[in-house]
Amino acid sequence: MAPAPRAKPTAGATAYTPVTDQRLVNPEPENWLMYRRTYDGWGYSPLEQVTPGNAASLVPVWTFSTGVAEGHQSPPIVNNGIMFVSTPQNQVLALDAKSGELLWRYKRDLPEDLFQLHPTNRGVGLYEDRVYLATLDAHVVALDAKTGKVVWDQTVEDYKKGYYMTLAPLVAKGKVIVGVSGGELGIRGFIQALDAKTGGTAWKTYTVPAPGEPGSDTWKGDTWKTGGVSVWITGSYDPALNITYWGTGNAAQWIGDQRPGDNLYSASVLGLDVDTGKLRGYHQYHWNDSWDWDEVSAPILIDVKRGDRTVKALVHPARNGYLWVLERRADGIGFVDAKPYVNQTAFKSVDPRTGRPEYDETKKPVTGKKVGFCPSLWGGKDWVPAAYSPKTNLLYIPANENLCGSLVGTQQKYEPGKLWLGSEIKDIGLDVRNGAGHIGEIQAWDMNTRTKVWTRTFESHNWGPVLATGGGLVFAGGTNDRYFRAFDAKTGELVWQWRTNSGITAVPSSYSVDGVQYIAVQSGWGVDAQRMQDSLDTARGTKTDVPQGGVIWVFAVKQ
Amino acid sequence: MGDELAGGSSMNRREPRRAMLRGALAIGVGLPLLDLCARAIPEASAQGDPKSQRPQNGDRFVFRTGNQTGKVITVADIPVGGPPVPAFPMDPSGVVRDGSRLNQLLLVRLTLTDLSEETRGRSAEGVVAYSGVCTHTGCDITLWKAESIRFRCPCHESEFDPKDAGRVVGGPAPRRLPRVPVKVVDGVPVAAAGFLGRPGFQPT
Repeated sequence: MAPAPRAKPTAGATAYTPVTDQRLVNPEPENWLMYRRTYDGWGYSPLEQVTPGNAASLVPVWTFSTGVAEGHQSPPIVNNGIMFVSTPQNQVLALDAKSGELLWRYKRDLPEDLFQLHPTNRGVGLYEDRVYLATLDAHVVALDAKTGKVVWDQTVEDYKKGYYMTLAPLVAKGKVIVGVSGGELGIRGFIQALDAKTGGTAWKTYTVPAPGEPGSDTWKGDTWKTGGVSVWITGSYDPALNITYWGTGNAAQWIGDQRPGDNLYSASVLGLDVDTGKLRGYHQYHWNDSWDWDEVSAPILIDVKRGDRTVKALVHPARNGYLWVLERRADGIGFVDAKPYVNQTAFKSVDPRTGRPEYDETKKPVTGKKVGFCPSLWGGKDWVPAAYSPKTNLLYIPANENLCGSLVGTQQKYEPGKLWLGSEIKDIGLDVRNGAGHIGEIQAWDMNTRTKVWTRTFESHNWGPVLATGGGLVFAGGTNDRYFRAFDAKTGELVWQWRTNSGITAVPSSYSVDGVQYIAVQSGWGVDAQRMQDSLDTARGTKTDVPQGGVIWVFAVKQ
Repeated sequence: MGDELAGGSSMNRREPRRAMLRGALAIGVGLPLLDLCARAIPEASAQGDPKSQRPQNGDRFVFRTGNQTGKVITVADIPVGGPPVPAFPMDPSGVVRDGSRLNQLLLVRLTLTDLSEETRGRSAEGVVAYSGVCTHTGCDITLWKAESIRFRCPCHESEFDPKDAGRVVGGPAPRRLPRVPVKVVDGVPVAAAGFLGRPGFQPT
């Protein structure tokens, strides 16, 4: 019998495989080196050991308590047997991915006067022998991958003005690329690339143009200065075009009639040159946003067929409830088509040539009046990433159906660092459609035929990021009953579930060490999933207690 | 008769002040302990600029918002039963401590009989003073539930009871809202000590 395991002093990693540009472009199947594993944003692991046939035998191999409450959202990122996990409060844990042994722990000393509207972190970036973290006080920190010691710590913006960061940095060609949150505090958004070696600024591109810059005519007066358009989810990247694609948030404050114009580049996808940050193309999903529909999820890079043509596409299941297909080209971004994937009442139509939606003006929030619309302000899908499997050729969307919202716009004075929504909190409504039997869904779409192949429904709302695997499975949590589940990727049939400590809103990942495939995810409910639960409880007169507290779970098939 | 009344009335005007002083002395027994509590919590900004220092014994309070911003708040300025008056502390020399958002306070005047015994002991004329920053993730507390007499945080919906020592009565906040004990001098609320507890979020 093997000796009982015992805790050892944390001594760091003895060996580490540097992360190169080549490995980031073409990662080994056993590794998960970035937020969605690959630059195309698929959220797909090619590992095939766990299948619909043996998934019922998945058991926990090890767990690890993070010691932190609130919304755990980051994926376990794995490089040759070493796992890096970030948690709320900007903690980074380095663990032996096979044994669960703690190698080192970084805890950020956050300023005591910090204001965390979204107390979370969505993952680290890796490059060479360093680990990169974007922080709640708007810094980027480079850590030594072996020891967790700080190599450099760079201020990106002043947190006292409402800037903060929650996203996993995108690392490409020696640059650490991040975007800023704070749209609900009236910041002016931007994407910034830092030199991975030194932390120095390589480029900075604002998401709201200044007067005289292209697009500035879509803002009136000084509204651009507090225009919002935050960027809080990691971009995707096409190395062949040398363009990185980023989704942007809504304009600030929320109500469009107080900032007339299209408000570029809010609720858009931006294509930026990786070397210079220069804007090489954009598409605005919806103009003059008034619903708080941030379109921050980066588009997924997939080839789709349209007739005889193969389109190098950007696919985006949007918060606005439409499933968008765009074409990525060296000279810009083209519109292909769009259709709703959840009940959507705000758009009358979408121009088939340009993709510009025409609105039902009675469903567009205005100042001084209550306006209802569907989907709710959390959208058909919020930040929670969808996944794509090249084996099934299906796109898996974690959706919330049957929810509608309402807002009453009010004039509010802007003060730096203060909440600035343009609506009173009490006037943010959430309703479940009459007769609705469920809210949460996972939808599987064939993007060649634009058809939904299967749908799984959940009584609970769904905030579960999706993982697809080469073994033919789709993994996701996201519901308030604390389950982590596996579905047959072809049919949607539930093949396994495990009840965890808390609700799962984190990105799952898969990796292998010594020939064993693992599925890893953090369980730790909080932030918007909790807020939506509170709103649903208020609407229904119920009380639902989803326990908090983060745990890393690692599963494998029982031998 | 008129003179007597005048004299009497003069005496009567002094009487409440004596009563107040006695009250302060009575609370004063506890003050050294309260001061110890306040000092036991390290505050990075407490050493530097008086504008960023946390409220201290003897500070008055000024309006934090509205067209009276900066003016000293009197008991009469605080409506009975709420809503709370957003305030900053001001040191005895007149420096407003608005250099840290952790100094945001909410002054509420409540009916004495509504207050818990413990809270009453740290109030004066029904006036209580609480941190205006939620203990969950540090958001500004901007909402007031008049019907249930509660503070509410807009970010994650934590609720606190001003009648009972800032106790958490809803939402994810892990601990009560810190208070500043209050005395009243010449109709003006004055801090009787520093914060009881650390304002802002709880680092892990």
